[in-house]
Amino acid sequence: MSFDVVLRSIFSAAFLASVLRISTPLILPALGGLITDLSGAVNIALEGIMLTSAFTGVVVSAYSGSVFLGVLAGVASGVLISFVLGWFHLHLETNIILAGIAINILATGGTIFLLYVLTGDKGNSQSLASGRVPNINIPLIQDIPFLGRVISGQHIFVWLAFILTWLVSIYLYRTPWGTHLRAVGENPQAAETMGINVKRTRMIALLISGFLASFGGMTMSMAYLTIFQREMTAGRGFIALAAVYLGGRKPWGTLLAAILFGFADALSHQLGSLRIPSQLVQTIPYIVTILALVIYNLREQAVKRERRRKFQEQHMQSMASVE
Amino acid sequence: MPPIIELKAIYKIYPNGVMANKGVNFSVEPGEIHALVGENGAGKSTLMKIIYGMEQPTQGQVVVEGLERHFHSSRDAIDAGIGMVHQNFMLVPSFTVAENIVLGQEPTQRGLLNKQKAIDETIQISEQYGLRVEPKAIVDSINVGMRQRVEILKALYRGANILILDEPTAVLTPQETQELFLAIRKLVEQGKTVIFITHKLREVMEVSDRVTVLRQGEVVGTLPTSEATRESLARMMVGRDVLLRVEKPPAQRGRKVMEVQRLTYINDTGRSVLNDVSFNIYAGEILGIAGVEGNGQTELVEIMTGLRPSTSGNALVNGKAVLNKTPREVRMAGVSHIPEDRLTNGLALEASINENLIVDRYFRPPYKKGASIDYKQVAELGAKSIEKYGILTPDGELPVASLSGGNMQKVIVAREFTSDPELLIAAQPTRGIDVGATEFVREQLVKQRTDGTAVLLVSADLGEVMSLSDRIITMFEGEITGVFPDAASVTEEELGLYMLGIKHQSKEEMEELL
Ligand SMILES: Nc1ncnc2c1ncn2[C@@H]1O[C@H](COP(=O)(O)OP(=O)(O)OP(=O)(O)O)[C@@H](O)[C@H]1O
Ligand SMILES: [Mg+2]
Repeated sequence: MSFDVVLRSIFSAAFLASVLRISTPLILPALGGLITDLSGAVNIALEGIMLTSAFTGVVVSAYSGSVFLGVLAGVASGVLISFVLGWFHLHLETNIILAGIAINILATGGTIFLLYVLTGDKGNSQSLASGRVPNINIPLIQDIPFLGRVISGQHIFVWLAFILTWLVSIYLYRTPWGTHLRAVGENPQAAETMGINVKRTRMIALLISGFLASFGGMTMSMAYLTIFQREMTAGRGFIALAAVYLGGRKPWGTLLAAILFGFADALSHQLGSLRIPSQLVQTIPYIVTILALVIYNLREQAVKRERRRKFQEQHMQSMASVE
Repeated sequence: MPPIIELKAIYKIYPNGVMANKGVNFSVEPGEIHALVGENGAGKSTLMKIIYGMEQPTQGQVVVEGLERHFHSSRDAIDAGIGMVHQNFMLVPSFTVAENIVLGQEPTQRGLLNKQKAIDETIQISEQYGLRVEPKAIVDSINVGMRQRVEILKALYRGANILILDEPTAVLTPQETQELFLAIRKLVEQGKTVIFITHKLREVMEVSDRVTVLRQGEVVGTLPTSEATRESLARMMVGRDVLLRVEKPPAQRGRKVMEVQRLTYINDTGRSVLNDVSFNIYAGEILGIAGVEGNGQTELVEIMTGLRPSTSGNALVNGKAVLNKTPREVRMAGVSHIPEDRLTNGLALEASINENLIVDRYFRPPYKKGASIDYKQVAELGAKSIEKYGILTPDGELPVASLSGGNMQKVIVAREFTSDPELLIAAQPTRGIDVGATEFVREQLVKQRTDGTAVLLVSADLGEVMSLSDRIITMFEGEITGVFPDAASVTEEELGLYMLGIKHQSKEEMEELL
């Protein structure tokens, strides 16, 4: 396939649809990362939570034959892990980064171990028939020429990602609980003296993040694919955290940043068809992540410098006109 | 009338073994302004935190309006009509004034925040008590005076009848202090009761009805303010006579140590904070900078000490350029610095007292031994400093965070005075410290200067600038408005005119004197 074919396909409806699909398992955990970051106890176990939920969802849906039960179990496992993290951090006062790393390692090893126990395979869950969450077709929208093909027919988690971004932004900025959460993150002592329970607020933030990240995990194993593979989240839990900062610690900004990373990922799939070594192509999403963060910071600094320069000019002018 | 608050035989032992209160009996009458004074670490804040439910007494009774109370958290105390403004600001910087005031008790409409109502209610109580604030301003962008008013309104919004103010004036300018006193009197007229902690005895005399003195966790006495004098209170606090005036031999001005030339600074928001500032500092003199806070003094000091880059200009210490260098390079050039904001720039709170004492010298002998640190030397320095500077702590290995506010300042002073500087830059060196410690710090500043150190003193306390300095410059809106080569011959009123930019010396007039 030649380069211009790739180029043309990037601007196709199918490609944009795939960007949304690929972004979803970044958006959902990123929202969880955002909430915990704002609460002052950032959840770096998103990766482990996603992996666990991806696994649990597949296994429970396969054995019960019910997608719904699978999703329910997946969510429960994600929330449970965040609870454990919260317990260690808030009650036993362990460092949250260390506890988070421990959970990530445990999730990687634990899912492989249980996979082997259940299927005799250490690589994937091929022998299990996982459920798949439904796609949503919207009658009118799907008939709109280009747009219809981008947004209609997406699976339910894609829709959920957008709806949850909206809900999270309402939660954070329009409800008292969200306000308390932000206050706790910024000045816990101030919140405490105003009668806000800091530990409880942080625990709730962690539980919500577990809830959100679990959907991210299941997107991988019950929508995008219908199979669990070892280490299938491939660092998305961490890229999600990068999206939080790139998005300026705001819900919609986080969503856009996650979509940017999703775009890079989708691009690497497209370029995979060119004759470029695939190892190189696969690094694209990670390189974009780093570049985006660097550019973001450079830009911030440039804005400040520009403001200063402008002022000095004005200042010189006014001095000159006085003389 | 029965007391509105009564503490009976309160003991408080912190988990680290410090006994902060020892059998304190303390009672407050309804409708009075009750001042609470005592040395740093005397247990004032601890006692107030007990009333506010933040700390639980180890033993003893808290009686509020005739009922014995056991508060488990601030929530309980708030519900009982008690409000407290803390020694350190307790605000959320990115929130607006109104959001901070209603925090934890936000008005809602169908589960969602009602921001307009929060603003309206803020305006309403702000007017009711004459505490002027801008409801929509972001707290990060407002000055300390308004922050203080926000703190008070926070308590009033929660329906406080009894208001505890823990060193509210420590960070205020004299004008802001006067405004605060006006507001306090107005609160009392409206039936509130106020407990007021301060280290400034002049304020006690000015605003309070009665005063209680604490020393080392015990009550020395409670008396009507009309029967007290500044001297008698100081004696009760410290247990000996205290010199409220500074003894100062005449200055022996030596060579030029620091030269600041045409310094200009424009901040991130594009505001011109310092504009063409030039002056010199000589060995053996104290140069005082007088100015209302927020006129560029903070930035000037930060630039001179390497904490902030400058926009243009020059600064030399003994002929060596120090502008836009790292703080360590500036320090190696012989500059030491008592920073204004001791909690963020002066100390590592979680690190030990000893560690804080060596942060400017751990990398050179005798504290450096091979690739490691000679902890025996460190312990020695720690023990010596604790003794000489009277830092109240059982052990130099304890974290600085466990010290009282004034004792934290002593740690900084100890570090900066023992580093043998050529130039000592002291920003608000006695802010928030007790009379005894203030006397000590001032004596030490004068001693350094008499021994030939050049000293730059920046203080919001005009009395301090006037009594310590040999030469004074005034600053207004980032510019030097006047130089007074003989600090003893200038009056407070005169300085005030220059500090407010009403009077202005010409460049030629100042040239020679700077
Ligand atoms: N959280 C704490 N843990 C351990 N010790 C503490 C704690 N808070 C205060 N202390 C100790 O209790 C004593 C009394 O401290 P407190 O803060 O009540 O003093 P203060 O009178 O308010 O002093 P200042 O005028 O400096 O604010 C001090 O020795 C202090 O080191
Ligand atoms: Mg105190």
